[in-house]
Amino acid sequence: MRNPLADKVTKIKPSGIRKFFDIVSEMKDAISLGVGEPDFETPWHIREEGIYSLEKGKTHYTSNSGLKELREEIVRYLERRFNLSYDPVAETLVTVGGSEAIDIALRAMLNPGDEVIIPQPCYVSYLPCTVLADGAPVFIDLKAENEFRLTAKELEDAITPKTKVLILPFPNNPTGAVMTRSDLEAIAKVIEKHDIFVLSDEIYSELTYCGDHVSIASLPGMRERTVVINGFSKSYAMTGWRLGYACGPKEIISQMTKIHQFAIMCAPSTSQFAAVEAVKNGDADVARMRESYDNRRRFVVSTLRGMGLDCFEPLGAFYAFPCIKQFGMTSDEFATKLLQEEKLAVVPGTAFGDCGEGFLRISYAYSLEKLKVALGRLEDFTARLKS
Amino acid sequence: MKDRILHAIEKNSKIEIKDLAKMLGATEDEVAACIAEMEADRVICGYPVLINWDKAEHENVTALIEVKVTPQRGQGFDKIAERIYKYDEVEAVYLMSGGFDLTVVIRGKSMREVATFVSGHLAPMEYVLSTATHFVLKKYKEHGIPLENVTEEERMLITP
Repeated sequence: MRNPLADKVTKIKPSGIRKFFDIVSEMKDAISLGVGEPDFETPWHIREEGIYSLEKGKTHYTSNSGLKELREEIVRYLERRFNLSYDPVAETLVTVGGSEAIDIALRAMLNPGDEVIIPQPCYVSYLPCTVLADGAPVFIDLKAENEFRLTAKELEDAITPKTKVLILPFPNNPTGAVMTRSDLEAIAKVIEKHDIFVLSDEIYSELTYCGDHVSIASLPGMRERTVVINGFSKSYAMTGWRLGYACGPKEIISQMTKIHQFAIMCAPSTSQFAAVEAVKNGDADVARMRESYDNRRRFVVSTLRGMGLDCFEPLGAFYAFPCIKQFGMTSDEFATKLLQEEKLAVVPGTAFGDCGEGFLRISYAYSLEKLKVALGRLEDFTARLKS
Repeated sequence: MKDRILHAIEKNSKIEIKDLAKMLGATEDEVAACIAEMEADRVICGYPVLINWDKAEHENVTALIEVKVTPQRGQGFDKIAERIYKYDEVEAVYLMSGGFDLTVVIRGKSMREVATFVSGHLAPMEYVLSTATHFVLKKYKEHGIPLENVTEEERMLITP
């Protein structure tokens, strides 16, 4: 029988997280700091709108691009929060999570062999989505000494005549790094000079702890070459609703909409009705959750430093990214041993790219009580390693 | 800082000062001083425990009483409210807008005890015009915390 599979797909390595998850799920009594989603439930007023829409029988397809009312609210929100302005009709597309938006943006923009610059460590899907879209990934290893921010020099060095797209994943999962306005201004010059495009994954934009998030699309000259990706998962604790969106220049969004139309048809309507409520009346929830994450962020970083781990201060998302190089183990070895000996699951930095070697991703989307127990175990473990 | 402390301890007054200090990026001394100041100013009035008495062995009943009173010259409702809230059985007293003046929340060992309080102490009180007693049948949520149905952690252990 012929091989039923496409080489392009079989060659993609399974996610490092997947591998670790399989080990963790074998261990019934393990506790975890490995979750990449909020610990909050979706605020009730949002859930209630979803339920209400079901009661009213609003169970049909919506337009391909998403409910008009939702797109209008998204556009208002982006204007109010990040000073971005988009047309809700031609420049906004509601997707199945930010993940779908990443996938279809790359598919809409890449020709075979086009290079996509991916700063690592980063979320796990940019690489496979690039490969599936026939692009060629080019990695930039972000440096701890730069607080894992992307510098103009690093970008300049990675650009070739084949470069088409830069993926800009800030606030960053797994490092918690953010890009300030001046950081963005510096790279914007390089982007313009080399005439490349930006896929700005801003899914954690509401979770910044030192001033508001700045979107690169709000800088002069950047709007026309940027696709902004955002969504409801992190800001409104709506991961399971699978709802995101992309905003960008009409010519890109219309081609993305074409792919979306054939692949997905439309994002789930229940989620869309709930999301209208979220984006319209959810600012206070976001602020409340942000304050809570911020408290836990300080607690975790200070506890990690207290046990002698090098940990730069994450200013976004809900992760700390401590360095474990002093123990002379790989991230994978460290995480595996930690799991076996202390029954505590954290994600090895290498799950987010090779340059994550020597680091761990620690999520602080947990209650203070859980954080205390888990960090206590980590402290016992590191103390043993040192003795 | 005061506001952030209040938010952090509002639903968990057992939180330790050292943890609070880490969470707020302040020293333990700073946090302790700030709390002491709020205690002195009666911003923080106490650290009670939220108990679901229905689950405890000790039986008791709660009643919510609507009270109409005549406000007193020069003292408005405050004096009469004070005369009511000084009773140990009284859990809470609120001045209300609308059809009656005070809401009085009473906890007693039995309906009889509550009834005795109302007929013996509250209703005959000078300036009290009328009372309407409503017994609480079940408490679902207090202090922003649901008393039952704590949902289990449903997240997967590891996600990207």
